[in-house]
Amino acid sequence: MARQGSSLTITGQRSAVERVTGAVGSVRLASVSKVFGRGGSAVRALDQISLEVPPGEFTCLIGASGCGKSTLLNLVAGLDQPTSGEVSVSGRVALMFQEPALFPWLTAAGNIDLALRARGLGRVERRQRTAELLDTVRLGGFGAKRPHELSGGMRQRVALARALAQDADVLLMDEPFGALDAMTRDLLHDELDRVCAGRRLTIMFVTHNVREAVRLGDRVVVLSSRPGRVIDEFAVPIEHPRRIDSAPVAELAGRITDRLREEMSHGTQ
Amino acid sequence: MALNEGRGSVPAYAEKLAWLEAQEVEMPDDQRGRRLAVRAWTALWPKVLAIAIVLAIWELIHLSGWKKLIFPGPGGTLSDLWGQLRTGLLWHAIAITSERAVIGFALAVVIGGLVGALVSRIGPLRAAVGSLITGLQTMPSIAWFPFAIILFGISTTTILFVIVLGAAPSVANGLIAGVDYTPPLLLRAGKMMGLRRLSLYRHLILPASLPAFVAGLKQGWAFAWRSLVAGELLVAIAGQPSLGVLLSNDQDQADMQGATAIIIVILILGIIVDMLFGLGDRAIRRRWGLTGTV
Repeated sequence: MARQGSSLTITGQRSAVERVTGAVGSVRLASVSKVFGRGGSAVRALDQISLEVPPGEFTCLIGASGCGKSTLLNLVAGLDQPTSGEVSVSGRVALMFQEPALFPWLTAAGNIDLALRARGLGRVERRQRTAELLDTVRLGGFGAKRPHELSGGMRQRVALARALAQDADVLLMDEPFGALDAMTRDLLHDELDRVCAGRRLTIMFVTHNVREAVRLGDRVVVLSSRPGRVIDEFAVPIEHPRRIDSAPVAELAGRITDRLREEMSHGTQ
Repeated sequence: MALNEGRGSVPAYAEKLAWLEAQEVEMPDDQRGRRLAVRAWTALWPKVLAIAIVLAIWELIHLSGWKKLIFPGPGGTLSDLWGQLRTGLLWHAIAITSERAVIGFALAVVIGGLVGALVSRIGPLRAAVGSLITGLQTMPSIAWFPFAIILFGISTTTILFVIVLGAAPSVANGLIAGVDYTPPLLLRAGKMMGLRRLSLYRHLILPASLPAFVAGLKQGWAFAWRSLVAGELLVAIAGQPSLGVLLSNDQDQADMQGATAIIIVILILGIIVDMLFGLGDRAIRRRWGLTGTV
């Protein structure tokens, strides 16, 4: 594909980082490996991963299935421990899943409220913050609805509001839009841009959709499969607002896809 | 949606999609009244038909002349029931039996709930008494009466003791099952939100266990009701007419119509309470969106 695209040379400069100032959350992985099981049946999910996500950066992790993307996020979230290496995270961490993982016995507002309550906020403040967060994700009139009464995209927006309610510095997103149709996903990309614009968030976003990664990220990190290893990374020097079907996005996505193909053909040899 | 429409400014495009999504969620509200009537009828007619068929078979057996002198027909039995309902004694008995049922079941829920909560969270305790609880559940509670009568004598305590032993294991097991089947994804979400130990239990695990807990309550109620009626047949307390005592008296006087009438009362009371649990269960499933649209 268009290797000669001169406007898209990798400079190592992260032009988009400046749009977020004052962010405090950051993530550093130093030679992190994760092995599941023991002996002959042991599976090496992650192999010597070193990765740094500076404050305020939107980093997309991309790779084929089996590259240990979710394992990586679990390690950063503290839900699992690495077999070797070091994971250091500064700031509070929130995690968003592919499924909304909303609590079905609570309303949309109740789900957000519980996240605020877990932080120890008082009743009056919680009510005000919940209303604000629902407005942020454009669900102002839907607070009293239960998760099953909402569409898939709306549920994921409640999940986003709930993640924001945790007032995290680092937001981990595990293929959050993977189960949505293309139109809804497109809408949510815009929402995420808008929501991030006003906050000091550091984001690690896992996806297997290359265009999505380029559409959203300041940087795209490419992982290999079985075991997961960092094989390449691409800065995304494309101006915001971006569109997923714009030429620069498609061009860079094409180059990243080529790199992935190359890696996969290595794997089969 | 045409693509060129989406080429417009980003917010307009986004708002249009948000609006489209909102339309999907709106529910038709106008025909709710009629639907309710239809639903009530759909729920009712099979029950009415079943009762009619039972009465018809009963009447046929009666007419066939089998054990003619002692086997009563539905007409005689129902008029006997009507007669008993107009005296204070049956109502007094119903009141006493219901009171024991409520107190006994409430004790069973508290004790079963407490045991279930502890056993589900404390590993060694589960290893120690987990299978004992299931064992108690399968034990016919009537077997406890000799033990309880020797311990507490002919008293209400004896009856309550056996009700609790009959019902609490089901309640405990319901809660344990609910805790065990809390979806791991929700647990991860809860932990990420910062819910720990007691708050995790209170805000996540307990509400997530609710459907299994209600199923346990329902089963516990069935055991409690059986234990109670068995207990009242065995433990007749002077001055306290209960359904069991009336049934026992009818047996002594070979009053088949009277005995059958009391059996019908016991059956109806059991069904009414079971229906209440059914309503509770359905309310939870509706709130959670677990009801099928079929």
